Order: sequence, then structure tokens, then C-alpha cells
Amino acid sequence: MTALSRRDVLRLSGAGAAAFVASSLLPNLAAADAASTAAAIKKIIGSKTLQQGRITLELPQIAENGNTVPVGFEVQSPMIGADHVKAVHLFAEGNPEPSVASIRFSPASGRAKAATRMRLAKTQNIIAVAEMSDGSVYMAKTEVKVTIGGCGG
Amino acid sequence: MLDRRQFLQVTAATAALTGGLAPISRLAAAQRISQDDLLAFTPVGQVTLLNFTDCHAQLVPLFYREPSVNLGVGAAKGRPPHITGRDLLTHFGLSSGSPAAYAFSSEDFTALARSYGRIGGMDRMATLIKAIRAERPGRTLLLDGGDTWQGSYTALKTRGADMVEVMNAMGVDAMTAHWEFTYGTDRVKELKDQLNFAFLAGNVRDTEWEEDVFQATQTFERGGVKVAVIGQAFPYTPVANPRYLIPDWSFGIREQLLAKRVRQARDGGADLVVLLSHNGFDVDKKLAGRVKGIDVLFSGHTHDAVPAIVKIGDTLMIASGSHGKFLARLDVEVKGGRVVDYGFRLIPVFADAITPDPEIAAVIAKTRAPYEKELTRVLGKTEGLLYRRGNLNGTFDDLICDALLERRDAEIALSPGFRWGASLLPGQEITVEDVYSQTAITYPTAYRNNMTGAFLKEVLEDVADNLFNPDPYYQQGGDMVRVGGMSYHMDINKAIGQRISGMTLLKTGARIEASKEYAVAGWASVNPDAEGPAIYDLVTDYIAARKQIPAGGHNNVTVAE
Repeated sequence: MTALSRRDVLRLSGAGAAAFVASSLLPNLAAADAASTAAAIKKIIGSKTLQQGRITLELPQIAENGNTVPVGFEVQSPMIGADHVKAVHLFAEGNPEPSVASIRFSPASGRAKAATRMRLAKTQNIIAVAEMSDGSVYMAKTEVKVTIGGCGG
Repeated sequence: MLDRRQFLQVTAATAALTGGLAPISRLAAAQRISQDDLLAFTPVGQVTLLNFTDCHAQLVPLFYREPSVNLGVGAAKGRPPHITGRDLLTHFGLSSGSPAAYAFSSEDFTALARSYGRIGGMDRMATLIKAIRAERPGRTLLLDGGDTWQGSYTALKTRGADMVEVMNAMGVDAMTAHWEFTYGTDRVKELKDQLNFAFLAGNVRDTEWEEDVFQATQTFERGGVKVAVIGQAFPYTPVANPRYLIPDWSFGIREQLLAKRVRQARDGGADLVVLLSHNGFDVDKKLAGRVKGIDVLFSGHTHDAVPAIVKIGDTLMIASGSHGKFLARLDVEVKGGRVVDYGFRLIPVFADAITPDPEIAAVIAKTRAPYEKELTRVLGKTEGLLYRRGNLNGTFDDLICDALLERRDAEIALSPGFRWGASLLPGQEITVEDVYSQTAITYPTAYRNNMTGAFLKEVLEDVADNLFNPDPYYQQGGDMVRVGGMSYHMDINKAIGQRISGMTLLKTGARIEASKEYAVAGWASVNPDAEGPAIYDLVTDYIAARKQIPAGGHNNVTVAE
């Protein structure tokens, strides 16, 4: 099978839009922090221990435009009935509401891969949490800088 | 450390003429540094890779002082290129007062510049390239690391066309880019189509579909070896330069994409994979340790002239300086898809010792002819050494800040930490060309805004983090924004928000207050709505009105490292 292009993935995720749960748009002016993000993650994973690995996060190190920052991920998984990714949750630690998106998968998804865009007001950590069909949970974290810009030599 | 062969090749050309510190006349230098000495090289293997980078549109010889302050953080501290002056000479085994000391360090710069003369000039560069091609027919590849179309009066007036003509005539095989993009989307496409060679930028994608905008890889056959060259443009172009000029293009380091391209090159039968990069030295050093399979990495952007190869795993990393000051020659022997032997030399282009290539000299003369009168118009004279390069300040930037403070009636001036621009020796006349060498950009507006003390601190903190973030992937290159009318202290090892302290308004000696507004003048704003005269006109008028520019820099920054 040839690899899917980004456009294909966007098209696929468009078709499966019902599975895409956008984050709350309720105004909440207080910025989230590591603690409230941890609380939001806890709500999803309960008492399970987060493991590192399996998730590849695709993010710029420095945002070109904080208003629309591309974020992509892929989780390593055979995506079969007995062993697949059930959902991936994205969090932005420094946004007013830390939840960015929750994307649900099934073996029919073929790959646990998606891409979207988000708004980042300031430099912060982006966290992806993957829920697996066997109940295990994984995470990955990357910092994205939002800068004033200028002065590059 | 240098191995024996590298050491010999660094010093070979200069060994005969380092006989002491006594100043010698330029004529004597020209007689003692010969073109043959500069070309001396024991060929190795099947392929010769030639590279220059960051020439910043400098077609004619100039002076260029290397930095005396180039601080490294974290793992980079105290390692090339973050060693300067005498430490650099000691590290690489170069003698004080030698041509190599003049080329690679800031030590005794003014005295040695008077002895050894100007460096660079694309007609001189062409002479070296042609000689090496004649010696290694069918085996030579010439790679330009970018920042080629910007940095001079003629490049600005012709919107890069003069450089395209010269690079075509020189027979460049491939280039990558950064400042090229500041001519805007349409002009970049136009000039790219005029090139006789590949414009490679594998990390640029369109913002809508995330698809490739430019060719990523070009494959060449040289000396029976299949060479794949992958181009990597400056990853932070839309952050460091105005995004409005290239609104549909997205950049970034894109490590995973690059790893894929390296694999594709190997799968396509490449024996040798070369990355032609404009990432900057520390970024490339980290990248070479993480993306496997790059045999040779030519690193541009940060203008570092490193006399020896830096080996990262199996990757040979080369930093070829800037402004046409150096030509890098790397010979490699490739066996079974691996480099088994190599020879390297970063050749200083001593303008007075090299016979200009007549063909390229004619092209340069033709492109400059319409502008010659304005280029050579004398505005004044400098009493001190004017230079730009250095992490914290440069005397030419001090001059620009003084001009901004006066002409825009401001309390504080900000000048970007660019690393390009010719140096001028004490007593040298300042021409219009010299002013443009420091200011020739497509977004030149010299603005005047009110800024709060808190915002000023945020600006300094932001730039400091771009320079001193311990993770190289967050470094954008360039140097600290230059400041006039204000002093401050910086601790480079602290985190963002905590590096800058003691901000003081020099006019009154009072501390900068967070909530108070100050009149700030600056230039090179990345926002499209800046208003004011062009910086090159402002500085030209300032110097012409003064005639004599006194020596002495500001020295208004103190540093803890």
C-alpha cells in the first residue's frame, strides 16, 4: 500500500467528521496550566499509568502563525480488532481551555493518524494521549514556541 | 580535534609565510600568499564538493571581521564555532599574525587587514573554482548554501537579478535559500526560473495542503558516484522575516520529512547523500545526530567559518563562513555507499593574491555599471573600525542606532542582530555601497513607536531566547537585537523571562519602568504596517551630515555566561 498524502488524510478525516469532537468554545479567560491539563487527562485515563512511546507528534518547534498552528500525529499500532488505538486526545497546556481535540479510531480507520490546526496564544506544551484497545494509555509532549519574531540573521 | 591531515591542510598554504608578527605591506602579502598556495591540495577519491554560503550578494572584495563574541550554551559552550579570538587560534593550531589568523579570527583584525588586504570577490572565487574543476574534470560539484540574492545595493535594485546572472555564469550546480524569500513569492518564482541549476528547499510546503513547493533533491553523477543533494531552506524564515511576503509558504526543520528524503535518496541508488542546509550550525549539529544517513552536511546561516571538519557520527559537517570569504573543498572517496576517506580545506579567498577570472569580472562590471556613481559616492569617513558581527553589539550597529535616535527623535533605538555586512577599517571612507551593505532589505522602514518598558523587556527576552535557548532547534540564528539609548544586563544561562535585568535609560540614568511608555525607533519590522523613511536613506543622510564618524562603540550590554 502506498503511503497516504496529507491531503488524503484530511479527506479521510473529513469523511469521518462525526467522530471528531471539537473542544469547548465556552469563553474561559484564565489560561490553563500544567495542573488543570493534568486534571483533564486524569478524567480520561483514570488511575492508569501513562507510558511513553508509540506516538509521533508532528509540530513546528516555533509557530509561524500562532492563530493557526498545524498539528499532526501518528500512533504505532496494527489497528486490528484485538489491538488498536481507540482514541487520541490533544491538549494545549497554555490555552484558556486545554482540550484541543479528541479523535476516535476503530480498526476500520486503518491507521491512527490525523492532522488539524489549533490556535496558540503563547509558548506552551502540546500533549497527545492515546487510549489503546487493551486499556493501556500512552503520551507524547512537545513544546511549541510562539515568538514576537524578527531579527533572524 | 584536528587529525594530522586536516591540520596539515589548514596550515599548508600558510606555513611558509607565518614568519612573525611584523606588519608587512599589502604588496608583500600578495607576493607571499600565492594563488598556488591557496589551491594546494592532495586530491582524494572520486568526488570534489565545493561550497560557499551566505555570500550576501557581495560581488566585489571587502573586509569582514569574524566575531570576538560568539557564546555557546549547553553542549555547544566552548566548542567550535563558539570559540573566538586567541582561543580559536590555539584550538586549531593557527599562528598569531598569520593569514589564517586573519581569515578565521578577530585577533589583530585592523593590523592584519592592512597587511593582507580585502577578502572575497566573486571573480576571485571563480578563479579558484575553475582551477579546481580543471584539476578534477567531471568530478566537481559546486553548491551554494543560500543568502546569495540579498545584501548589496545592486542586489536590492535589481531584485536579485545581478546575483542570478553571476551564479549562472559561475556554474553553480544547486542552491538553497533564506533571504531570497524576502523578495516575495512572485519574485522568488521568477528568479528560480532564470536559474541554470536547481533551487532546492525540501522543507518548504504550502500552507493550504502541506505539499512541496520546491524541488527537494537533485541527483548528480560525478566521478562515477551518484550524489544526491537535498536542500534545506532556513526553517524560521516566516518567523524571522516578514511572513506577509511569503504568506502561502510554511517552513520548519521537519526532521521526519528530511529522514524520509534521505531514505528515498538511498533507495534511489545514491552512493553519497549531501545535505545543503541553511539551518544554522547548532541546529545542524543536533540534526546530524538524529537523522541518519547524511554523509556530508554543508551548514549555512550562522556565518561560522570553521577551519576543520566537525564529525557527528558518520556525518562530515562543514561550515564555510560568509561574504565570499571562503571556498570549502571536500574530496571524498566513496566505497559501497560510504565515505571511506576524505580531504578537506576551507580556502580563504585572499583578494589580492588571486587573479580575477576575466569572464566573471566582466559580468560583475556590467551589472554594476549603471549604479557605479551612486555606489562610490563618499558620505564621510570613519575614525574607528566599523563591523557588525558579534553576539551583543557591533560598531556599525551603534552608528545605525545613533542615526535612529537622532533622525527619529527617539529615546531608545533597536537595530536587528543581522550577521551580514562589510567591515570598514579606521580612516576608511564610508560610501553609499557601504551603507547598503548593512541595510539592503526589502522591508527597510525606520519606524518610531511608543513601547512600554514591559514590552521592551519582552522583545529582549524573546530575541535572547532565540539565540541562547539550550535546545538548538529553538534557535533562529542571528545575534542580539542592538540597542541604543539603553543599557541592560543579560544572563544567557537563565530561562526566557529571566535573562534580562537592569534595563536603564542612558539619557537620565533611570531604570526602565514596566508601565511607562518610551519613544522607540527601529527598522526591519516584520509587520506590514510600519511607517517611516527607509533605513538606508536615514543612515546615508546622517553620515553625510556628520562627515566624520568618531571611534568607540556603545558597550551598553553586560553579560553573565
